[in-house]
Amino acid sequence: MQTDSFTVAGQAYNSRLLVGTGKYKDLEETGVAIAASGAEIVTVAIRRTNIGQNPDEPNLLDVISPDEYTILPNTAGCFDAPTAVRTCQLARELLGGHKLVKLEVLGDQKTLYPDVPATLEAAETLVKDGFDVMVYTSDDPLIARRLEDIGCCAIMPLAAPIGSGLGIQNKYNILEIVESANVPVLVDAGVGTASDAAIAMEMGCDGVLMNTAIAAAQKPVLMAEAMKHAIIAGRQAYLAGRMPRKRYASASSPIDGLIA
Amino acid sequence: MHITLNGEPYDASANLLHDLLQQLELLDKRIAVEFNEEICPRSEWPNQAIQEGDIIEIVHAIGGG
Repeated sequence: MQTDSFTVAGQAYNSRLLVGTGKYKDLEETGVAIAASGAEIVTVAIRRTNIGQNPDEPNLLDVISPDEYTILPNTAGCFDAPTAVRTCQLARELLGGHKLVKLEVLGDQKTLYPDVPATLEAAETLVKDGFDVMVYTSDDPLIARRLEDIGCCAIMPLAAPIGSGLGIQNKYNILEIVESANVPVLVDAGVGTASDAAIAMEMGCDGVLMNTAIAAAQKPVLMAEAMKHAIIAGRQAYLAGRMPRKRYASASSPIDGLIA
Repeated sequence: MHITLNGEPYDASANLLHDLLQQLELLDKRIAVEFNEEICPRSEWPNQAIQEGDIIEIVHAIGGG
């Protein structure tokens, strides 16, 4: 098959599955599951170091090496724009000037829904500061457009609340965002199983970002592989163009030449 | 010297950021440092003096989605 890459911030990627590194049993499982997923872009969180505790603790970036993967630092856990911006600046310093970030500014602990006004504010600041901003947002098509106008390099609407595994709840909004956008659109958050990921891809999304669906599966490594196949299958189905839906049957075998 | 280190009160004996990070065994780790809400690049660590009341954040990458 011809290569079917997607480009974000000037860089082409062959895998349309982006994965997080949270909630795994240990770093070893993280590394094996992520390798099985085939992902090329991998998210990490930025947190305070534990002062005075076990300095020889293995580091995530030793397992998920920036030489092997595109590291996508996130602003998860930030509930206001200034904290999200500072987190991105720390991430850029940590990763030696790396400009690609996943912006998320959350509004509420219970739903982890994005605080859209704060997200817009942070996106504007970050874009002006030279960051390539992949932005987590609600599935509101007008807000998606605003974020694109600000200069975000990818729009990432939620399928359902973070970690809920409920699948795409608002298909027509996602479709509207996909059809209107001139930058990549990735479903981020809410995918529960392989069919959810395939549906997102069949709708024309450029990719899917997920964490819990893999990490919280009974067998994370097997689910990582399932997700890899689901993303490829969904993408190929999108490119192939599905048959039209019909209300009544249409025989697959010809009528001519029947024996009676 | 009383400073705030990662949100907690901390009594620092080092006068330079570099020395503090050495004491904490973090010098050769993959970390980034914010000094009074400004990024302090690694190249500046040897020159960055620590004074009473400074606020230092030291971060690293951990698992997240």
